[in-house]
Amino acid sequence: MKLPLGWVRDFADIVTTPHEYAERMTMSGSKVEGFECEADGIKNVVIGKILSLEKHPDSDHLWVCSVDIGEADPIVIVTGAQNLKVGDLCPAALDGSTLPGGIKIRRGKLRGVESNGMLCSLGELSLTVHDFPNAIEDGIMVLDEEWPTGTDAVHALGLDDVSVEFEITPNRPDCLSIRGLARESAATYGVEFKDHTPEAPRGEGDIQEMLKVDISAPVCSRYVAAMVTNVRVAPSPRWLRERLRLCGVRPINNIVDITNYVMLEYGHPMHAFDYAYVGGKSIQVRMATEDEKIVTLDGVERALTTDMMVIADDKVPMAVAGVMGGEFSGIYDTTKTIVFEGACFDGPSVRVTAKKLGMRTEASGRFEKGLNPANCLPAIYRALELVKELDAGDIIGGVIDVYPQPRLPREIPLRPDAINKLLGTDVSVEEMINILEPLGFEVEKKALAGLFDKEHAYTVIVPPERYDVARDCDLAEEVCRYVGYNKVPSTIMHGTATARPSERQIFHDKMIQALVGYGLYECETFSFYGKKAWDNITLPETPPLRRAVVIPTPLGEDPSIMRPTAVPSLLDVVARNYNARVEEVAVFENATEYISAENPEELPTENEKFILAMYGEGHDYLALKGIVEQLLASAGIKNAAFVRNTDGTTYHPGRTADIMLGDVKLGCIGELHPKVLANYGIKPRTCVADISFDLLFEHRGGTPEFKPLPKHPAMTRDLALVCEEEVAAADIAARIQKGAGKLLESLTLFDIYRGENLGTGKKSLAYKLVLRTAERTLTDEEADNAVKKVLKNLEEINVVLRS
Amino acid sequence: MMKQALETIRTNAEELLKKADSEAALEELRVRFLGKKGELTAILKQMGSLSNEERPVMGALANEIRTALDTEIRARSKELADALMEARLVAESIDVTLPGAKVAQGKRHPFQQVLDEMKEIFLGMGFEIKAGPEIELDHYNFEMLNMPKSHPARDTQDTFYITENMLLRTQTSPMQIRTMEIQKPPIRIICPGRVYRSDAVDATHSPLFHQIEGLVVDKGITFTDLKGTLEAFIKKLYGENTRVRFRPHHFPYTEPSAEMDMSCFKCGGKGCSLCKGEGWIEILGCGMVHPKVLENCGIDSEEFSGFAFGIGLERIAMMRYGIDDMRLLYENDLRFLRQF
Repeated sequence: MKLPLGWVRDFADIVTTPHEYAERMTMSGSKVEGFECEADGIKNVVIGKILSLEKHPDSDHLWVCSVDIGEADPIVIVTGAQNLKVGDLCPAALDGSTLPGGIKIRRGKLRGVESNGMLCSLGELSLTVHDFPNAIEDGIMVLDEEWPTGTDAVHALGLDDVSVEFEITPNRPDCLSIRGLARESAATYGVEFKDHTPEAPRGEGDIQEMLKVDISAPVCSRYVAAMVTNVRVAPSPRWLRERLRLCGVRPINNIVDITNYVMLEYGHPMHAFDYAYVGGKSIQVRMATEDEKIVTLDGVERALTTDMMVIADDKVPMAVAGVMGGEFSGIYDTTKTIVFEGACFDGPSVRVTAKKLGMRTEASGRFEKGLNPANCLPAIYRALELVKELDAGDIIGGVIDVYPQPRLPREIPLRPDAINKLLGTDVSVEEMINILEPLGFEVEKKALAGLFDKEHAYTVIVPPERYDVARDCDLAEEVCRYVGYNKVPSTIMHGTATARPSERQIFHDKMIQALVGYGLYECETFSFYGKKAWDNITLPETPPLRRAVVIPTPLGEDPSIMRPTAVPSLLDVVARNYNARVEEVAVFENATEYISAENPEELPTENEKFILAMYGEGHDYLALKGIVEQLLASAGIKNAAFVRNTDGTTYHPGRTADIMLGDVKLGCIGELHPKVLANYGIKPRTCVADISFDLLFEHRGGTPEFKPLPKHPAMTRDLALVCEEEVAAADIAARIQKGAGKLLESLTLFDIYRGENLGTGKKSLAYKLVLRTAERTLTDEEADNAVKKVLKNLEEINVVLRS
Repeated sequence: MMKQALETIRTNAEELLKKADSEAALEELRVRFLGKKGELTAILKQMGSLSNEERPVMGALANEIRTALDTEIRARSKELADALMEARLVAESIDVTLPGAKVAQGKRHPFQQVLDEMKEIFLGMGFEIKAGPEIELDHYNFEMLNMPKSHPARDTQDTFYITENMLLRTQTSPMQIRTMEIQKPPIRIICPGRVYRSDAVDATHSPLFHQIEGLVVDKGITFTDLKGTLEAFIKKLYGENTRVRFRPHHFPYTEPSAEMDMSCFKCGGKGCSLCKGEGWIEILGCGMVHPKVLENCGIDSEEFSGFAFGIGLERIAMMRYGIDDMRLLYENDLRFLRQF
């Protein structure tokens, strides 16, 4: 909402600088976004008078003008414009002047003739013919008013008022108006709010004989109509055009400008219909019928539905109520008689209609927030007043006011103790009243019906435009913002509270710190992506991973599903880093994945994952497996198995394992399938682990239990074993474990060897076994027996000692 | 005779001792003169042949020589060992300025680092940390927060709807409701998490960002408590000299509502490019929980009151590190992540 300071001064005597005003209004609750003055962009431009015009000696289109700029001697300015004559007044930018957009004007020679500045067009001053209807667009701006030469053009053209931009919160539609903001300004500055009450103007004839208004729509609370005939469409006077322009509204003609002016002043959108197009001399406020259509002012045909309110004549809709007029609802050169509409349409209804039609307009934006029906009549009166002042037509006597259920002022108790209790303050009731009354609230020393205790000694009568105020807390805000949010003290909450992170949060932090400690960088990626991501990781066509939550109105094409797997998100990160020539990547994300429920009305399941990804020197499958093993150890999870999985499509079928804890799949790990790498344009081998945080937490180990340090020495035995290439190390380890039983303290694979001497298709694995028992020193014989059992177990899968 | 022999041993031994330049040579000397079969022992064996008067005199002399030699050998031995150690230390000198061996160490994402710090502060003030669903019911995201279907404030939060009743949460505030539904006051919680608005991606906007919601409900909680708590939080996060101010604002689920500004931490409030010359930086939105919200959750609004606040995490992280483009936070370029 833009507010010209000059307009506020119609209602309140405020002397201030824009900066100070912005600060005070912001702190009292009307947030100022900024302020601007058109004059700021224009410097050293004055009104000049053309004393003489001569053809440039060396050009067939340039003119050499002698211009009186209010100094002793006229100056010479060369111009290319063809619309000037002697005696014209026009803006002259002098040497060293500035024009909007930061353009600097300097003295210079034009084809040998020195020019001491520039005569300006509308465009060069950032103006249009809407602002100055008597000027032309393709030539120098010639003033239609007398001004002494040398007058600052900013002043002469009325560009020196300041427009303050407010951010109005949705609860204060009343502040989307000059009057509303003026009232806040007056209260902020502690000066009188000088409201203007427009009078019902007298007119010829009787509107009741010319027009009939019926409301059948339940979502219209009031409809006021007035009429003007012998309309004299013309440009509005300058003061009015200036105010509209400062509010960011383009001046059109006096009738349209009046509706806009009243909308700005009262915050109430108005409409003007051409009476000639009101069929049957009847205005019907009704819901649209089945299959009804309207061509709106913007020339688009729109299909209406029965939940949309229209303003119709006896046959067809003339406007979508509160949103936009129809094509025949405008003001034309031929317009003779007009009908002004000042109505109050239900906010939610207008909101839904505007949304359905995809048409958010200035009017709909205001109606949506809920307007005050009490304003309809003053707004119409104000419009008629302006018609009279501007001589824009002849007013027809009377108004039609259909207001079936007038809104009554709301009465609420003023409970000073409750307000102070909420605020933590000690504001007296007198002070509260002194704050409330200038804001338009009336406070009476009486109890509301049925309430007689001391708490209810006062009653607040809420003005109709402040329907946001309904209870103690609302009054508390009014009191607090005028006492000053920063004047009330800051206190420490009473009582004690103990808090600590939950077990899950502690575990979560421990896992993240572990991953970071292993050299992985934490990432944060978007939770959604396009379906193409599934193709990129060659996800199978079958559920459950494709059972995703779809966002029906995504931003553009791309983010359209909530990710059921975060692997593509991390691969995007890997690809981006690869393209940025990062040599080594080791990253992870603590990602949420979303699996939709069977019933689409139930909330989806949100799973927490760790996705790890790495490439680069030393970042191969085993390196990642080492990290995962360490992570599992940190989680206190023992006995997880890595089980080869050859079925996957995302991973390399020969380099993938499921991470199993008994029957529970904690996740998987593998090198990416070369096809997937190709889809992402990633050249180096890349490994990914996909681990459920939820399951890690569920199966986490408890507090470790102390075991006494060994008192007896250990025995070690090294075994060099030979077997077929296909035999899995995990199987060998399992058999060693089983054979050595409780005596086995630790088992380390310390060498893998392949060579011709072993024969093709064979490998040798060397293990170190540490054997110990807590009770006594083991004998050689006991150790040898254990090894014998181990070897017997291994023979069953054709693993033998290397000879 | 014997005296002369003893003196000769002393002279010879001392001569040889001077020449001994290794531990082995010293050992040889020790054996030759002091050993069980050494020269001194040999002479002492002849003591029996001496007269009663000479015996103690010679004995004393022999012992004196033995002690002296032993001491000298030990001293020489230590001298040699010290020289050896000295030589070894010189020989083993390395370039201590060579780069250290690489240790793999990752880092948390920058805004997680900031979030960790904020969590610590709130935990210290007695706030529990809660988490809730990102795909949320309209009921929790709007309805219960005093924003019925037709509420104009809904327009300020461009929402991704999944179905008519389900959406991507636009704020972490639904956790207020979820908490109050199952927990009776006193309540002190924060809820950090991802939130979604249908904004296109640019340097300052993102369809996904992070918020920290806070909620306190108890008997006698006041607006001055809200001020005091948030002021304490900001001072702990940005330093004791930070000043704050509260501006009136509007949220449908709080009344009175406010926005809190902090004095610009870059210029200290004098005005600079970071605070756009204002000296203040907008940091969070807050307010007293609307009684209707309490009542929606079955909490008696006459007996209990509370306050709530919401903080944008990205903004705080970006300001802290001087990051000028929000997109960097979600691109995860390692050259970016390594910096924090």
